[in-house]
Amino acid sequence: MTVAQETPNLTFDCETGNYHTFCPISCVAWLYQKIEDSFFLVIGTKTCGYFLQNAMGVMIFAEPRYAMAELEESDISAQLNDYDELKRLCLQIKRDRNPSVIVFIGTCTTEIIKMDLEGFSPRLEEEIGIPIVVARANGLDYAFTQGEDTVLAAMANRCPSEPPAPTKEKEEDTAAATRFQKLLNLGLKKKEEAPPVATEQKEHHPLILFGSLPDPVAANLEHELKKQGVKVSGWLPTKLYTELPVVQEGYYVAGVNPFLSRTATTLMRRRKCKLVGAPFPIGPDGTRAWVEKICSVLDIEPQGLAEREAQIWESLEDYLQLIRGKSVFFMGDNLLEISLARFLIRCGMTVAEIGIPYMDKRYQKAELDFLARTCQEMGAPIPKIVEKPDNYNQIQRINALQPDLVITGMAHANPLEARGINTKWSVEFTFAQIHGFTNARDILELVTRPLRRNTNLKDLGWDKLVKEEAAV
Amino acid sequence: MKLAYWMYAGPAHIGTLRIASSFKNVHAIMHAPLGDDYFNVMRSMLERERNFTPVTASIVDRNVLARGSQEKVVDNIVRKDQEEQPDLIVLTPTCTSSILQEDLENFVARAQLDAKGDVILADVNHYRVNELQAGDRTLQQIVQFYINKARKQENLATEKTPQPSVNIIGVSTLGFHNNHDIRELKTLMAELGISVNLVIPDKASVHDLKKLPQAWFNLVPYRELGLSTAKYLEQEFDQPYVDITPMGVVETARCIRAIQGVINDQGATADYEAFIEEQTLHVSQAAWFSRSIDCQNLTGKKAIVFGDNTHAAAMTKILAREMGIHVVLAGTYCKYDADWFRQEVSEYCDEILISEDHGEIADAIACLEPAAIFGTQMERHVGKRLNIPCGVIAAPIHIQNFPIGYRPFVGYEGTNQLADLVYNSFTLGMEDHLLEIFGGHDTKEVITTTMSASSDLNWTTEAQGQLNKVPGFVRGKVKRNTEKYARAQGLSEISLEVLYAAKESVGA
Repeated sequence: MTVAQETPNLTFDCETGNYHTFCPISCVAWLYQKIEDSFFLVIGTKTCGYFLQNAMGVMIFAEPRYAMAELEESDISAQLNDYDELKRLCLQIKRDRNPSVIVFIGTCTTEIIKMDLEGFSPRLEEEIGIPIVVARANGLDYAFTQGEDTVLAAMANRCPSEPPAPTKEKEEDTAAATRFQKLLNLGLKKKEEAPPVATEQKEHHPLILFGSLPDPVAANLEHELKKQGVKVSGWLPTKLYTELPVVQEGYYVAGVNPFLSRTATTLMRRRKCKLVGAPFPIGPDGTRAWVEKICSVLDIEPQGLAEREAQIWESLEDYLQLIRGKSVFFMGDNLLEISLARFLIRCGMTVAEIGIPYMDKRYQKAELDFLARTCQEMGAPIPKIVEKPDNYNQIQRINALQPDLVITGMAHANPLEARGINTKWSVEFTFAQIHGFTNARDILELVTRPLRRNTNLKDLGWDKLVKEEAAV
Repeated sequence: MKLAYWMYAGPAHIGTLRIASSFKNVHAIMHAPLGDDYFNVMRSMLERERNFTPVTASIVDRNVLARGSQEKVVDNIVRKDQEEQPDLIVLTPTCTSSILQEDLENFVARAQLDAKGDVILADVNHYRVNELQAGDRTLQQIVQFYINKARKQENLATEKTPQPSVNIIGVSTLGFHNNHDIRELKTLMAELGISVNLVIPDKASVHDLKKLPQAWFNLVPYRELGLSTAKYLEQEFDQPYVDITPMGVVETARCIRAIQGVINDQGATADYEAFIEEQTLHVSQAAWFSRSIDCQNLTGKKAIVFGDNTHAAAMTKILAREMGIHVVLAGTYCKYDADWFRQEVSEYCDEILISEDHGEIADAIACLEPAAIFGTQMERHVGKRLNIPCGVIAAPIHIQNFPIGYRPFVGYEGTNQLADLVYNSFTLGMEDHLLEIFGGHDTKEVITTTMSASSDLNWTTEAQGQLNKVPGFVRGKVKRNTEKYARAQGLSEISLEVLYAAKESVGA
């Protein structure tokens, strides 16, 4: 990869980093659901546990495949041996749940006391007979969705580099069915083979996609690529840890989310893959650019994408009418901000500020260029990108700008609403299905919800609901 | 190390933050890594708070790890002092700062030089105390700080008010039904002819703390929060306190009688017996409820109670003593205060369970098979799994436990609420049980979950497979909308293409 050039036109700023976001250990919430044979062990304190318990809401009651290894005073003061303690817990997990992989999530505390998780996990792995993947998803270094990045980066090292020795059954599995068809077969009778796909597969280099998406969304993106004759050889992560894709030198890899820079780096440097630097498939514009870029790298002429995109835009018209010309302010907490801002500008909104926890200008280069181009084409002002924002300062700016919509964390949403400012809770974008052509509507459903709600209430005169303007 | 994924009481800093953010114009600064300010989310969501939660973090990151916080904490304190001009800034240690062992006391002293407001360091250790103990300690610490400050400035108000008056201690943010309880307690005090001198920490100003000694006595409604403060005030000013939780008819009467004793010792001539009788027999419906045939039907039914000390103890006594229900097990997660709990409930239940392990309680519930459970959200979910109804009586709680409607647990209106809670829990269970005995709703066989069960449309294998992956609770809707779309388009077969197209066109 060449040294990234500063994208022209965009301005970058960096503030104090006093902002609200979720702790990166929250990634266990969606990853344990995605990787069905995994068990996530968060090695931390009551603080971590309390966060997970509250942030995960009702999921906590559904016998989740995650637990805290809660450190006590004797662990901190090294009166107990970390290795023995973890071994005891892992054996208990093995006995009760028998997972195919245990993921250790290192936290702030394990960093500070320098618990050597990477060091002793190979030995532990051998003794208990279950793979152990170590991811340091702590609040000292990372924000929210970056947690997934650390886990996937660790898993990228575990992808096999050779296909498994073909036993008879396996052969049939891998050769006869694509990954997509296999997924479909899960719920069906063996006999009903999926019908052959109309579009012919073209010969191209193997392509691996990385990023954890709900199965329907992943299947949908694969379907889009398949229509262009692109075959997806595998996903990181997979539904099962035991099915991690084969990754060999020279494979192409493409990210589906903007926060996966460590995973991308690992795939490039450690696994010698070639990264397809593309905008992310968020919004119809992003999806088209993503598919086009993948096609162009694989030497395929994309078909019918312009029509497809236009058709999606047309179907969004009712929502677009609501937001055209309105302004939006991203406080920044989940790294989806650049892609979402780019999409919303294409929708006709203006973006006052894009707050973002961390900006990898190399990994997101194509997305940043696309953002600049979108602004140009839409005649929209260039937003300021604020890395490590300061929430206090941002609220001053919000007060001054009075944007039509603030996309923010739950800590600020109610207080802003009480001051007459429309807000959308940012975490919903992380859990909603927002990728691909098909889900563009879901993004706008989220974005327009506060506007639609407040239109319904607008004649009641209940805009400002705080007595004394607090000194903020 | 212990394996855990659910905890009843939160980490220490939560207790400190609950106290700090209950006061008016007090700001807490956590010495913590990014993401530890989750307290703000909880307060904003659960309490549906209109104002910004006055809690910020002085972020501990890699640089801090390498070189120490140095000026960062001091700068953050001084900055907040200028921005918001709080009366007090409470520097709050977390599990992270506990092991970094930086000299936070020193940071506070340095920040105090530049800050106009007061600055203190919360005296709590993550590894020694939990949320409840930390809250109790922090409240006492703040009170002591301002009493001492007033002494130094010689403006401590020690003269008692002319008429009997009370400080109500321990009402805080994120406390279980605290905002309703305080309204009920104020009403009760007014009816008893006692003026409320101060309520702390709820919406109090730290400048008012110097007036605490003016009250004739202190009322501590909750066992977990405020007792240290009451004891401190007793020791300093000989100010008596009443720590009987007025929850349930008998306990409310006992609390009122204790108050009567305390103020009469100081020269009042209160006689509350007539008031107690009138309230018990005619205002509160709970005594009448116990006598009614509804309650008769509950006689001897088995219940399990689990929660914090205050609520679990009160509930156990109400069920056993006031309703004739058989409490087979009463338990608390307040391990640090277990002796008190044992003493309170031992004569009202068969078995006592002191545990912080939710698995242990769940097992006990499964073994004992009660007709109803009174516990926290965790017990509610255990009940769901076992098909046993549950009334929620203590934290940890969800947003539905912060009702907008008036729902006190204390005082005479509280007794009414509790009677409803108990009766509704049991009848729900009965209703389910009867339905089952008589074969359930008779419409069960007729209505299918989707209206389009006998569809004339063909789903291709691919599309069907994709539909099956849609979460169950919306699958019916997706199916209906897709078929509606297909019919409108005159299609007889639903392929993957059609499924996606339908979603794109109608957001199915």
